[in-house]
Amino acid sequence: MRSSIAVLAVLAVVGLLVFGLVSKGSSGVALGDPAPAGPLPRLEGDGDGSLAEYKGKWVLVNFWASWCVPCKEEAPALEKFQQQHGGPRFTVLGIDTRDLTDDGREFARRYGLSYPQLRDGDGGAAHDFGTTGVPENYLVDPTGKVQWLLRGPVDEQYLHDEVAPFLPEGKS
Amino acid sequence: MRARLVLLALVALAALAPAAAAEQRASLTEIEKQVMCPVCGTLLQLAESPQAQREKAFIRRLIAEGRSESQIKDALVAEYGDAVLALPQGSGFSLSAYVVPIVAFILAAIALAIGVMRWRRAGGGDGETDTPDGGPSGEDADRLDADLARYDL
Repeated sequence: MRSSIAVLAVLAVVGLLVFGLVSKGSSGVALGDPAPAGPLPRLEGDGDGSLAEYKGKWVLVNFWASWCVPCKEEAPALEKFQQQHGGPRFTVLGIDTRDLTDDGREFARRYGLSYPQLRDGDGGAAHDFGTTGVPENYLVDPTGKVQWLLRGPVDEQYLHDEVAPFLPEGKS
Repeated sequence: MRARLVLLALVALAALAPAAAAEQRASLTEIEKQVMCPVCGTLLQLAESPQAQREKAFIRRLIAEGRSESQIKDALVAEYGDAVLALPQGSGFSLSAYVVPIVAFILAAIALAIGVMRWRRAGGGDGETDTPDGGPSGEDADRLDADLARYDL
């Protein structure tokens, strides 16, 4: 009796350790996985938005924060890419993560970002995507699956060479 | 005399008022010890990252606006979520962080008490060496008697 209780206790502790390890490493998406599409507050205005709203479009999900220096460097390139390709079949979707709302809004205004922006204050969405920092970019296809990702900043050349070939011909 | 007493009371009030105000006034040093830098995963007090600098500036701004400590912590939660608090809140699911250890301790104490009671009921060990007066028995008692006799104690 005593030995079975001891075995059960050991199994419980081991189970908890395994659960902790597994749950810690289980977040994140890989190429071909469905992208997390939970609701997030809009950076500007009221209400929530979500990646699910853009089903049927290619979406370049860009995680950024106002305090992140590389995000400042890539913002103009993303805006230019949106101007060139944004439309009924493609959009950039910014997600301002672990940032202050006012700082995020100020950043979007300063860089004239015209694409939609969501707010991920507690970093939950960034965690679900499995980001390791900011900026990070995920290209999501019209069915909602991740087709490409880059951990780090993009520039005009990179977007032209690596992202544009995925998109439909002409202005998407 | 009466006027002097009133004057004294006024002076005392004037002296106490700033102290009371200082007690209620929020300070960055105090708040930094109670909140996290969400990006660094450390107390804000220990963090120097760009995100931490912005968080500190946010707190300073709210202090300058005259917000209380709890109002500032609420504002931080609104911005960064519950995880920004170094200690869980004492309500909702976070309450379990306080309740679970207490319940676990009580359950462990009860289990220990039951275990001790069973052990004592079962005899509390082999019982061979116990004597009614608490002294040694058998060979031990003989050896003790021999020693006492040898040293004439």
